[in-house]
Amino acid sequence: MIDASTEFETVIGLEVHVQLATDSKIFSTARARLETGKSVADEIPNANTTPVCSGHPGSLPALNEKAVLYAIKAGLATGCTINRASFFARKHYFYPDSPKGYQISQYELPICERGELQIEYGNDGELTKRVGITRIHMEEDAGKSVHFSGYSLVNLNRAGVPLIEVVSEPDMRSPEEAGAYLRKLYGIVTALGICDGNLQEGNFRCDANVSIRPKGSPQFGTRTEIKNVNSFRFVEKAIEFEASRQRMSLLAGEKIIQETRLYDSDKNQTFSMRSKEEAQDYRYFPDPDLPPLIIEEGVIEALKKSLPELPDQKRDRLMQTFGLTRFQAGLMVATSSLSKFFEESVKLGGDDTAKTIANLLSAGTEIEGSIFTPAHFSDLAKLIGDKTISVSAAKQVLSILSAKGGVVAKIVEREGLKQVSDLSALEPIIDQILASNPKQLEEYRSGKDKLLGFFVGQAMKATQGKANPALLQELVMKKLKG
Amino acid sequence: MKNYKSIREVHDAYNSGETDPLKLTRDFFSNIHASSHNAFITLCETRALKQAEVLTQDLLGKYAKRVPREALPLFGIPLGIKDVLTIDGVRTTAGSKMLDHYIAPYTATAVQKLEDAGSITLGKMNMDEFAMGSSNENSAFGNVVHPTHSDRVPGGSSGGSAAAVAANLCMAALGTDTGGSIRLPASFCGVVGMKPTYGRISRYGQIAFASSLDQIGPMTRSVEDAALLSQVMSGKDTYDSSCSTEAVQDWSRVVFDTAKNPNAKGLRIGVPKEYFIDGINAEVKTAVLGAIEKLKVAGAEVIPISLPHTRYAVSTYYVIALCEASSNLSRFDGVRFGTRPKDAMESKSLDEFYKKVRANFGAEVKRRIILGTFALSSGYYDAYYKKAGQVRRLMRGDFEKAFQKVDVIVSPVSPTTAFKVGEKSKNPLQMYLTDIFTIPASLAGLPSMSVPVGRDQEGLSIGLHLIAPRFQESMLFKAATLAERLAT
Repeated sequence: MIDASTEFETVIGLEVHVQLATDSKIFSTARARLETGKSVADEIPNANTTPVCSGHPGSLPALNEKAVLYAIKAGLATGCTINRASFFARKHYFYPDSPKGYQISQYELPICERGELQIEYGNDGELTKRVGITRIHMEEDAGKSVHFSGYSLVNLNRAGVPLIEVVSEPDMRSPEEAGAYLRKLYGIVTALGICDGNLQEGNFRCDANVSIRPKGSPQFGTRTEIKNVNSFRFVEKAIEFEASRQRMSLLAGEKIIQETRLYDSDKNQTFSMRSKEEAQDYRYFPDPDLPPLIIEEGVIEALKKSLPELPDQKRDRLMQTFGLTRFQAGLMVATSSLSKFFEESVKLGGDDTAKTIANLLSAGTEIEGSIFTPAHFSDLAKLIGDKTISVSAAKQVLSILSAKGGVVAKIVEREGLKQVSDLSALEPIIDQILASNPKQLEEYRSGKDKLLGFFVGQAMKATQGKANPALLQELVMKKLKG
Repeated sequence: MKNYKSIREVHDAYNSGETDPLKLTRDFFSNIHASSHNAFITLCETRALKQAEVLTQDLLGKYAKRVPREALPLFGIPLGIKDVLTIDGVRTTAGSKMLDHYIAPYTATAVQKLEDAGSITLGKMNMDEFAMGSSNENSAFGNVVHPTHSDRVPGGSSGGSAAAVAANLCMAALGTDTGGSIRLPASFCGVVGMKPTYGRISRYGQIAFASSLDQIGPMTRSVEDAALLSQVMSGKDTYDSSCSTEAVQDWSRVVFDTAKNPNAKGLRIGVPKEYFIDGINAEVKTAVLGAIEKLKVAGAEVIPISLPHTRYAVSTYYVIALCEASSNLSRFDGVRFGTRPKDAMESKSLDEFYKKVRANFGAEVKRRIILGTFALSSGYYDAYYKKAGQVRRLMRGDFEKAFQKVDVIVSPVSPTTAFKVGEKSKNPLQMYLTDIFTIPASLAGLPSMSVPVGRDQEGLSIGLHLIAPRFQESMLFKAATLAERLAT
């Protein structure tokens, strides 16, 4: 029996659509991607089409080899078996932005199967888990419908852009695990260079299958599918909401309906889109226009050798080479742009700046789309290293940089952020403080060691925080001893 | 105007100055305008005359009155193109009201290759809607009238192409064949019709009926012309993944050599017992057996063979073809493609809109879409499409086994000669059985051909059906050349 005391467990499986960063579309010569990183959907409507992607009568698909190689790379990096023979299938549904009335996808035999990802989560990434990958299949993106009052317009610029769909096993048990899985997968596909990773442009979109069951129950509960969420944070929140919604329903004696739901991030709610009864019969069958996709063993072997360093390998290397903690190293490799930025900064600053740079980069500084350059971070790390500035001063420099730009050394100078390491400057200040606090001085000297902190704090305050902390403490102790 | 027997004759006439591309094109248009066969859906008169004018200037100018046969093997040859093939800027209807206003933005590879070889396109040929039919009674643009017997059907679906070649409205035409749509009308109208191996000619630009069966082919006045057109159109195409990279032979040379020395010695001809069943018209049987006898007399060895899975051919074919058709025709939904009826825009929902638009399909097309949709529905795939695919492999196996013993297989093209208009149009099953002898080669993807070998008492043409192994068009043309020569 289910009652208020029942402890539930959330079961989550994820389907991620990864847009492949090929120049042309999966079955036509139209462009799939712009130099600017913007989506082809933003071009003049329907200008980025050929008779193939707009589905003109008589047109035929011709498979883009690069998209195949990218899909294999994704499979290899996630430990999948690469099927030497796979098939394209037609998935039928009528919708205005589907110009052929069907989408070319893979159904019965996809290109990759049976892989896994190791995810890390918890505060310091100390919890690990293996999440199975059921399959990775290739497919074409649909066009876009734009709705106005009383009419809709169709834009086929995006139709035929290559996607892979990565389908996980229902192995995740919390929104946190789902988030960790998505970040891990995202890190891999961007490190492989097969995806531009632009979340705003929908390069990496997620559908989440969510169900709950009483803890210990062997059967899965009825699942709902939350469609098309394109931010990791929102996926976590949507799952969280959906699990609690399902729990409330069950406690109220209701049944969970198998259905597709949408997540509204403004309201932080999911709402029903269509139920299974209204679900489409896709009438899958092998696409007779495309012969079986046969992959030579040699191609797989060559791709295996050409795989770049993957985030997990890079994380281990950063830990070994620079002595970063697992958590820090994990953060540095979360996206390929960040890890590239980190490594470039370290190259400029030298190996012994690595830890400091990692500290600065993990402090919540947003690199993506900012004016920061690796030189900013290597300069700051060097200044911290030779004790010219403190870590907090460095953070101040970063916030000034991001607001106004500029050169690190000049900002330090202008804002007077240099640490005071000059004995002749510090000694009179300390003498002054000792003199103004005779009572505390006497107490200290009679054994109350704790008061050291009081004097150091007073001295630091008097230097407006600019004193070199280590030097200051040493000096205060010497003076206190008399 | 003169009724030229072959492309070679036209080129000779160009060389002698008897005519030129412009004159010949004009002659064909006056024939077309005077004819009542309804063979064309769209005429490309302005475009054709422009093509002809340029070619005529070239002939008189840079080619010094000698047809450049090597470089441009179809120099100045006026052709008809079945209206299921696209030409950039030209209306392409597929015989359907659905595409009444559709102007294609690109040219089919096969047509492009013909025009690159010097051909002139007179117009787009009438056909059964979306190539679905055996009598050309399913065209939204009216029936095609048989070239010699107006109460008879010309056969379908490439009925316009066959009738136009027979009635001297074009030198040759392109047809498409899914289950017999080139060979049947060729046989009914008394012209040569050839379906190459599946994958020989790019399907790019051919509005699909059943993708795994569809194949473009020539409909001509002679085997020689069929060889020439096939040769020009064949070969790999990066736009069609199902198009083969297999080398294309000089089939014109094969025909030429065989005609020079019409000896059938060493040729092994297979006669399948399953193709000479009860219900086959006696005159057809006599004519076909007569043609076989002549080949035997000319030195061929005639070997009885068996293709045991033949009886499953028609049902297997209809499952596969209809499943694929239901999918291929999905795009005609009125959003991008498909004529919108006037009231479609007042629809309250998307479903209502689709219903109104898809009412534009003709009855036979609707029947096939519904059957195909049913067969592909969830839970039926294994029992229908998948099972049909398995039977198809068995039938391929039958042919492979037979071709270990024989070089070509011969049979009638159809159990009867051209039947009467309206005779079978109310009985779809009877109509489907018209293609009983042509369907197996389609399912197996084999090159096959219809060559006229006689006429019945009413003067209706009878075709001999020849089938060769995959990519053995050379063998097919050799046997067809012999059959053609021996028939006359």
